[in-house]
Amino acid sequence: MSISNEQAQAYWRENLRIIMTHLAVWFVVSYGCAILFVEQLNEIPFFGFPLGFWFGQQGSIFVFVILIWTYVFSMNKLDEKYDVHE
Amino acid sequence: MSLDVLTFLFVGGSFALYIGIAIWARAGSTKEFYVAGGGVPPIANGMATAADWMSAASFISLAGLVSFIGRDGAAYLMGWTGGYVLLALLLAPYLRKFGKFTVPDFIGDRYYSQTARVIAVVCTIVISFTYVAGQMRGVGIVFSRYLHVDINTGVIIGMAIVFFYAVLGGMKGITYTQVAQYVVLILAFTVPAFFLSAQVTGHILPQIGLGATLDSGMSVLATLDQLSVDLGFHQYTDGKKSTIDIFFLTVALMCGTAGLPHVIVRFFTVPRVKDARLSAGYALIFIALLYTAVPGVAGFGRVNLIQTLNGADGTGTAYAEMPEWFKNWENTGLLGWTDRNGDGKVQYAAGAAFDAKKGKPAFSEERGEYGQRMATNAKAGAEFDAAKQPFANEVYVDRDIMVLANPDIAQLPNWVIALVAAGAVAAALSTAAGLLLVISTAISHDLMKKTINPNISDKQELMYARLAAIVAICIAGYFGINPPGFVAQVVALAFGLACASVFPAIIMGIFWTRHNSQGAIAGMLVGLITTMCYMYYFAFGGGTPSEYIMGISPGGFGTVGAILHVIVGFVVSSMTAEPPKEIQEIVADLRIPRGAGEAHDH
Repeated sequence: MSISNEQAQAYWRENLRIIMTHLAVWFVVSYGCAILFVEQLNEIPFFGFPLGFWFGQQGSIFVFVILIWTYVFSMNKLDEKYDVHE
Repeated sequence: MSLDVLTFLFVGGSFALYIGIAIWARAGSTKEFYVAGGGVPPIANGMATAADWMSAASFISLAGLVSFIGRDGAAYLMGWTGGYVLLALLLAPYLRKFGKFTVPDFIGDRYYSQTARVIAVVCTIVISFTYVAGQMRGVGIVFSRYLHVDINTGVIIGMAIVFFYAVLGGMKGITYTQVAQYVVLILAFTVPAFFLSAQVTGHILPQIGLGATLDSGMSVLATLDQLSVDLGFHQYTDGKKSTIDIFFLTVALMCGTAGLPHVIVRFFTVPRVKDARLSAGYALIFIALLYTAVPGVAGFGRVNLIQTLNGADGTGTAYAEMPEWFKNWENTGLLGWTDRNGDGKVQYAAGAAFDAKKGKPAFSEERGEYGQRMATNAKAGAEFDAAKQPFANEVYVDRDIMVLANPDIAQLPNWVIALVAAGAVAAALSTAAGLLLVISTAISHDLMKKTINPNISDKQELMYARLAAIVAICIAGYFGINPPGFVAQVVALAFGLACASVFPAIIMGIFWTRHNSQGAIAGMLVGLITTMCYMYYFAFGGGTPSEYIMGISPGGFGTVGAILHVIVGFVVSSMTAEPPKEIQEIVADLRIPRGAGEAHDH
């Protein structure tokens, strides 16, 4: 391994933070908006959809795609910062 | 050109393409056979993953399911896409860095235990076989409807094609055929979806069309709600299941998706860790193209179905005037009508028209006075709750025909119908091939090479892999010809097992250095056994929904199994010795992306 132990741990900590923020959004759009608070959100109309229904059937999927891509870009940046990229 | 000729051209042409690719991409070594030599570009891997993932269930069944259950369908839509977020963030990069061929490889090495490896092999095989059975049935349905061959002949043709490229080409052949299959299946799903959306709403994109307002001044969803309630169904945009049940089901489907061996193994095929993350990103884009179109297809299909069956005035359509597709599907046994009120008209509403689980008709050879097929279990009399619906239901519609029948119902051009047939076959075959490869790898690599006889040569191992693939294809074909009557429960079982056993074991192995073999084995067994028992009890043991623990249906119980797995794993691990130093170093190493290439050439 070309990097020091402290460096490896710092890298891992930042990695975990990126994962946690992304998973928080993941949880809110799917479990929050489309399941737990679906009734409340359904009171809000959104382009012809009740908002909660929209999150369950369309919105959450769009957010999932965006999440993976922002994750890919943040990790690429992090890998370069710690010089662990290939 | 007639529909038959067109279907033959589309399906036959796609088959020729797959075989051509298989010959071009023959595998020469085990590495090519198992992971395509580890050199697949991320965008191609993304397409292959999408085709691998989108099975007959996604292509044929999902829109039908959403169409019939409305809002609760969100559990499947989100579950089968949200799992990719978990896969990309928590699994794919680390497993790629680990750099072996299979899921049992990781579990066996990380937990330095042959017992753990064998448990993982058993899970892999059970999960993959249950899944394959459903694919073969999908192929059978398409062949029997469009090519007028017997379902059994259809299954055998499908087996022969898969045999050709899975056995010859291994992962390399499968990967590049799956890329072609993705293109076929996505066109086959989206083209009719565009037509349908444009026809019903004037918007070409079904994602927008579903929110559109119709000529009547009502939105599509409001129309659906209205139609559903008028006929005694529950409101389309309302949920029927309890919040906790939907919550647990969604978790089980998401974690199950991320724990399915045939999906995970795709991330071993790319050159670098970075590419593993990237291909998850591409895969989800390609999957989302289909999944976001599903709710539209489901909604428009439902409106069209109700309006065709009950006629413009909503009082029913005379059987004699029913369009051709109705009779075609009746002949496959997936649609049925019984004239309960004796008026010669087809009427569709809530309730079962036939006396059986899920209201499925048991057809006899006889024909009725209008030429309809007669069933032995048609309900007598025409009682119905007049407060809720205008007439008794006389129709059985299998959910699985919605996507296939949609273009017929909407009277789209024949080439679109032929395209859908080719797409459905592509979806089923691509997934079947990926699963068969996982099964054969589990047997030749994890069982033969790693457990029983480590001294076999690369050539012998490759031979075992091909032999295992042949046996697996035959067993899958048997299930296709004699489908078990419990396909739905079996698929739920596959996700439950993946969620309760494979997924937590991998996650804990990566994120908790201290996790040891005792903890992992105890956790996997607890997750596996509780989930299996719960599902078995409600599927075959006579359990009724009122006995569900906290209202959680068997489909969502994998989540409970996973929670138990984590708790038991944690407790047992904490009470026993920590894992050896070299294992802790492996864990530290797989967290750093650099060096995946070298790690691979072991």
